[in-house]
Amino acid sequence: MADPMRIRAVAKDGAVIVKILMSHEMETGQRKDGAGKAIPAHFIQQVSATWQGKVVLSATWGTAISKNPFLEFSFKGGQKGEKIQVTWTDNKGDKRTDEATIN
Amino acid sequence: MSSIKLRAVVALSGLALACAVNAQQAAAPKKAPAPAAKKAASESKDAVTAEFEKFREMMEDASPAELFEAKGEELWKTRRGPKNASLEQCDLGLGPGVLKGAYVQMPRYFADAGQVMDVERRIVHCMVTLQGFKAEDLARQPFSTEAGTPDPVSLVTYVAGQSRGMKIAIPQKHAKEREAYRLGREIFNFRAGAWDFSCASCHGEDGRRIRTQELPNLTSRKDAIRAFQGWPGYRMTGGLMHTLQWRMNDCFRQQRFPEPGYASETIADLLTYMGVNANGYVYKGPGIKR
Repeated sequence: MADPMRIRAVAKDGAVIVKILMSHEMETGQRKDGAGKAIPAHFIQQVSATWQGKVVLSATWGTAISKNPFLEFSFKGGQKGEKIQVTWTDNKGDKRTDEATIN
Repeated sequence: MSSIKLRAVVALSGLALACAVNAQQAAAPKKAPAPAAKKAASESKDAVTAEFEKFREMMEDASPAELFEAKGEELWKTRRGPKNASLEQCDLGLGPGVLKGAYVQMPRYFADAGQVMDVERRIVHCMVTLQGFKAEDLARQPFSTEAGTPDPVSLVTYVAGQSRGMKIAIPQKHAKEREAYRLGREIFNFRAGAWDFSCASCHGEDGRRIRTQELPNLTSRKDAIRAFQGWPGYRMTGGLMHTLQWRMNDCFRQQRFPEPGYASETIADLLTYMGVNANGYVYKGPGIKR
């Protein structure tokens, strides 16, 4: 399974600010190796974050997102102690889900 | 004549890129020993430097270096190698397994090895003695490339993170520690190689710059933090995690010196010289660079 994400979630003024660091090569498919052959594309295509069973963020990504991407967003509601889950899926079908507690 | 100058400029610009990072990291030390001098330095910054600093502040909260800290923690605690042991008994100078504050007190003398060792040299030593890995294997490809990040790099990043927010306090108690400082200073000033450079050629005077990069004067107290802060650092270009061993290797390359030995005494001496000069400054943890 892919390397874990680092997730920080802080409750502030009725909203939760979530910061996520993902470990991923995010290969565009346009780079060429030493022999001149294109390195196959390998990038995160879907990201979703859920809280209390509700999807609070859903994103479709492409090759413009950089390696080891950082994502920050906020959503209304959410209290300290509750959990959020973040999942990404990439174009090869690899998947990673991590959970964090809201601070 | 002009072609030699051009090569020098091209090589130095690469050196400058690395040094600019150090320049930005020192923007706001928590406890500056010479606040007046620091203020004067920041007032002389131009718009380009200000933009770099803004970028750096934004990125510090989101640094992928954290991913390598996490990886390093896993490597530290996992039983690995021919001896199937973890690194939890590794002594970084404060006792076996004591990590808090160890990074900012290295390089230091280790009696069990009879040598002054920087963090990476010591971690390699522990991987060899505790886990049974071979030093030659670790020295073969010691720096991060697209192919991957060597284990010692992640381990150094983990250990460095454990000294986040702490004052640099590299010891100079043992005679060998003082000797390492003296030798480091000599190496720093030693002109050699095809271009007759020394570290001091670029880093020996105030106000030096290459294109848009301000070069820290690493012989001065006020700029010394810029050699320590920011390392180990995640380099956005290429998405690679690098340690000071890599940085020193690259400096030698840019000066057209022969390649230094990985985790060698020479590098330990250089890091002692530059590190001790930064004693008293607060280390903010692993950095991030363009």
